Amino acid sequence: MRESTIMKIHYGTALAAVALVAVHILMRLTQGFAESLEYESVIANYRFVPYAIMLELILVLLSIHGFNGLRVILLEIRQGRTYEKAVSYGCFAAMIGLIAYGSRTIIMTNMGMI
Amino acid sequence: MAQLVGIANEQASTPLSPSKSITLRISRFNPGHDESRKFMDFAVPYENWTTVLEAILEVKKHLDHSVAVRYSCRQATCGSCGMMINGRPRLACFTKISELDSDVVTVEPMNNFPIIRDLAVKFERLFETHQKIKPYIIREDTELESDEREFLQSPKEVEQYIQFANCIKCGLCNSACPTMATDSSFVGPQALAQAYRYVADSRDKGKDSRLKIIDDSHGIWRCHFAGSCSQVCPKGVDPAMGIQLLRGYLLGFKD
Amino acid sequence: MTRDENKEGIRGMANPGRYGIERVAYWLMRLSGLGLLAYFVAHIYETSNILRGKVGWDELLEMTQTMEGHILLTIVIAMCVFHTVNGIRVMLGHGGVGVGRPARPDYPYKSASQNYRHKIGIYSAILLAAVAMMYGLAVMFGE
Repeated sequence: MRESTIMKIHYGTALAAVALVAVHILMRLTQGFAESLEYESVIANYRFVPYAIMLELILVLLSIHGFNGLRVILLEIRQGRTYEKAVSYGCFAAMIGLIAYGSRTIIMTNMGMI
Repeated sequence: MAQLVGIANEQASTPLSPSKSITLRISRFNPGHDESRKFMDFAVPYENWTTVLEAILEVKKHLDHSVAVRYSCRQATCGSCGMMINGRPRLACFTKISELDSDVVTVEPMNNFPIIRDLAVKFERLFETHQKIKPYIIREDTELESDEREFLQSPKEVEQYIQFANCIKCGLCNSACPTMATDSSFVGPQALAQAYRYVADSRDKGKDSRLKIIDDSHGIWRCHFAGSCSQVCPKGVDPAMGIQLLRGYLLGFKD
Repeated sequence: MTRDENKEGIRGMANPGRYGIERVAYWLMRLSGLGLLAYFVAHIYETSNILRGKVGWDELLEMTQTMEGHILLTIVIAMCVFHTVNGIRVMLGHGGVGVGRPARPDYPYKSASQNYRHKIGIYSAILLAAVAMMYGLAVMFGE
């Protein structure tokens, strides 16, 4: 993938994540911070499909943005063919791993598999 | 000290005030022989108009002729005498001692450039990256027929690139850039600003090929708009502006 | 990186002192980005405790609802706000917004790209981060 395409994705995920994270934080504040973190309240949030979809989107957007940001920093710190390949594939694998792990939580909780 | 003042008097047409002198700390390092850098201090008399380069040449002429320094025009045109002066990249010929407002003036070789000896650094990589972005007008109809006229430009079209054509390749921008501090493969602000200089030139038709060159993992995207390059540029080139405007083409904001 | 290259290295990259507020913003952007990624990974891990049922979730809350946990969260809020506001400024700059227009340079060669618009953007990011941090403290410790 061309670097310009990667960076367009980087900017796009950032903007989309800002909007969705704002909603996520507002949900905590409108319910009252401590109350919103109670078990029943959190379960209710996960079971509400639109909210679960939003959490999934935040997970994907921030994973892409965050791990690409890490890749950029690591590429600038050291150079070398092997190192750069390891950084790119490593960050991609970490991103997939985190999305998979987070999605498992969202899907299982949403479907009542706990 | 008395000897120093005597020497200075011999050089200057106006008598020097013996009370005005600074300590010039010069970084000494020969990669072929030395293990590490060391500093040598010299007491140098100065006047309000004395430049750092003149002070270094004073040391070279009368105190230690082995100090290695590169210079030529002495008027900020050749771009040869770039060095770290009190921690910031500057042209030694364009920096007056009086404006530094310090009793100690420390001169070191420019960061992010390999050292030849003392204050002289290698420019090979800067010239390589400069060459890489094709710093010339690209057109299919390069050869003009005898009855044709030159390519005309309006003053407005000239304004689009003229400030970037002011670049003297002194390397100060590359020395100040935070990405250059760690990334050996980064194209650098000098070359990127020059890429914009040609892309913005209405006579040029090589935009696509240049954008392709700089659109890689160590190309334009490794600039994070810290602006240090523009802050140290002695000719008002403003590489940070050129780079952001150039990026506009890759982001689709410009045609 | 070899010594021959005379690179400034990470210390030079991170040193915010010599080149004004723009360089400070560059350094804070990087630091907050890394901090937020670390928090994001930790947040995904901690919220996955919900799969352990009410007992697991309450155990986690006990761990995080402490003085240290709240202070950490306050820092995260500040990093998040700074990274967002400064990120929008940088993105606009990357698109060529607010970086000035090319012109014939005249002595003393003031760089148009280092203008008050971007400086205001940086100071606003810092100020908003501080305000959000105080609001976060009030919400978490005010209860």
